[in-house]
Amino acid sequence: MSAGGSDHAIRTRTLRWNEPLPQTTDLPVLLPAASHLAHAAAIERTAGAFTLRLRPAHGVALAVLFLIGCGWAEAQVQPGQPSIVETLWKWTPVLLRGFLFNLLISAVAMAAGTIVGLFLGFAQISLLPPVRKGAWLTTHFFRNAPWLVLLFYCMFLLPFQVRIFGVTIPIPDWLKATLGLALPVMANVSEIVRGAVQSIPTTQWESAASLAFNRRQTLWMIIFPQCIKRMLPPWMNLYAILTMSTVLVSIVGVNEMMSLTRQALSAENRPGLLLAFYSYVLFWFFLYCYPIARWTVRLEARYAVND
Amino acid sequence: MSELPAASSDPIVDIHDVYQSFGKVEVLKGISLSVPKGGVVCIIGPSGSGKSTLLRCINGLVPIDRGSIRVAKFDVHKLLTDQEKIALRKEVSIVFQQYNLFPHKTAIENVMMAPIHVLRENKDEVRVRAVALLKKVGLSEKADVYPGELSGGQQQRVAIARSLAMRPEVMLFDEVTAALDPETVKEVLNTIRALAQEGMTCMLVTHEMRFARELADTVYFTDGGVIVESGPPADLFDRPVKERTRAFLSQIL
Repeated sequence: MSAGGSDHAIRTRTLRWNEPLPQTTDLPVLLPAASHLAHAAAIERTAGAFTLRLRPAHGVALAVLFLIGCGWAEAQVQPGQPSIVETLWKWTPVLLRGFLFNLLISAVAMAAGTIVGLFLGFAQISLLPPVRKGAWLTTHFFRNAPWLVLLFYCMFLLPFQVRIFGVTIPIPDWLKATLGLALPVMANVSEIVRGAVQSIPTTQWESAASLAFNRRQTLWMIIFPQCIKRMLPPWMNLYAILTMSTVLVSIVGVNEMMSLTRQALSAENRPGLLLAFYSYVLFWFFLYCYPIARWTVRLEARYAVND
Repeated sequence: MSELPAASSDPIVDIHDVYQSFGKVEVLKGISLSVPKGGVVCIIGPSGSGKSTLLRCINGLVPIDRGSIRVAKFDVHKLLTDQEKIALRKEVSIVFQQYNLFPHKTAIENVMMAPIHVLRENKDEVRVRAVALLKKVGLSEKADVYPGELSGGQQQRVAIARSLAMRPEVMLFDEVTAALDPETVKEVLNTIRALAQEGMTCMLVTHEMRFARELADTVYFTDGGVIVESGPPADLFDRPVKERTRAFLSQIL
């Protein structure tokens, strides 16, 4: 290694994913990549998590994996056993019912998490210190707790039924699991709201104040409407992440697609089916999440231009 | 520090010995000035001399440490509650250097918002007034256009119309042409000129010396948080007394 090379080696350090990228480089050839990476990092910081970087190629890779799985299973088909495609087809109605359940859980958790998260986000910018600090603590507690741990807490701490005025209302497992998923969603939405409100230039507040708007009017009529389009991309990103996380509830015994797949596999008792079946599950999630991810990317690009 | 006797016996803005600081940085160090009703006052001076802060103090956006500010019937330095500040801001309106229009509202909605939601006036009456105001600033045909599609000069004229919609007694202009290119500066200055000639009380922080000379009754030169010199534009621009004023004017004229 030359002297110049070792000089570079001293300065080169691996950047962590959430670190701001240096704005300058002494290697001009890196500049295009630097701006691209800076953009990607900015998006991930807004989302507070890794973003999906799906490309059509990912779909192709998935399909190839699926086909290989099928081929491998097909090769192991014993005489007298139904073919792999036939088996998949047979189980598809059951699996899809499970998948719809995943979607239902994701929709309910997202709706509940968003509504409570909006309140929590506004509480985080309250002028009252106890409200602000309480909201901050709640947000960060649920944002930094592992999803699976929250899920277990909800499963085992919530009662399986409640009695109100002598009427017994059962709380099914799936509802408890949904609540468990709604908690981290709530915390993430809260941060999205806070971040968006604080990203609006202070001159908008000043301008509103000079026109005699009070704080509530300013937030409601001037600041929040401008926040919505900033919040939409990270919110959709969060939904995609949530949808993929719904398979976690299989661990606590809710009959969604993942559990049903496992049950189907044990009923068939053919090891060759493993890869095919799990690829099939992946395929359905991909089909649902991929358009959301692409749409998010498009929205981000459009709002970046219009801002 | 020199202080001119007010041209009118009844000043609408009366500032006395105002001190203001941001943390340890003292921005205003004893400013006194007064503006008669219908008067036009220009404040000039180098950047960081506290000109913009002074304007923000006048409509209560920035609290002062010491001294007194009276605008119309309000003692600005004593206003504590939001209701009091809101009452003041109906009388005094400020136009900013960066326009600060609301980007999610069209030009006419920008003008109509505050009268409808703050003054609680009838929407149809406000619309009639907003149309007239946009006509006055020469933007009738841009009423339904969003700020993002307007030029800087057009946005600034919408901002002036938005302030006027509150029917203020006093208009404050904070370097309203500083962010504009020379051609559009003219259209904004023409708007302000028309206002001044109609008898609106105006206070302008500006770097447009020719405009200040033409329009102002009194020009104040500030530096380092104090008023160095003041007087009618003919005196201040042509026969400045203080060395600091001469140095500043020789730099920019």
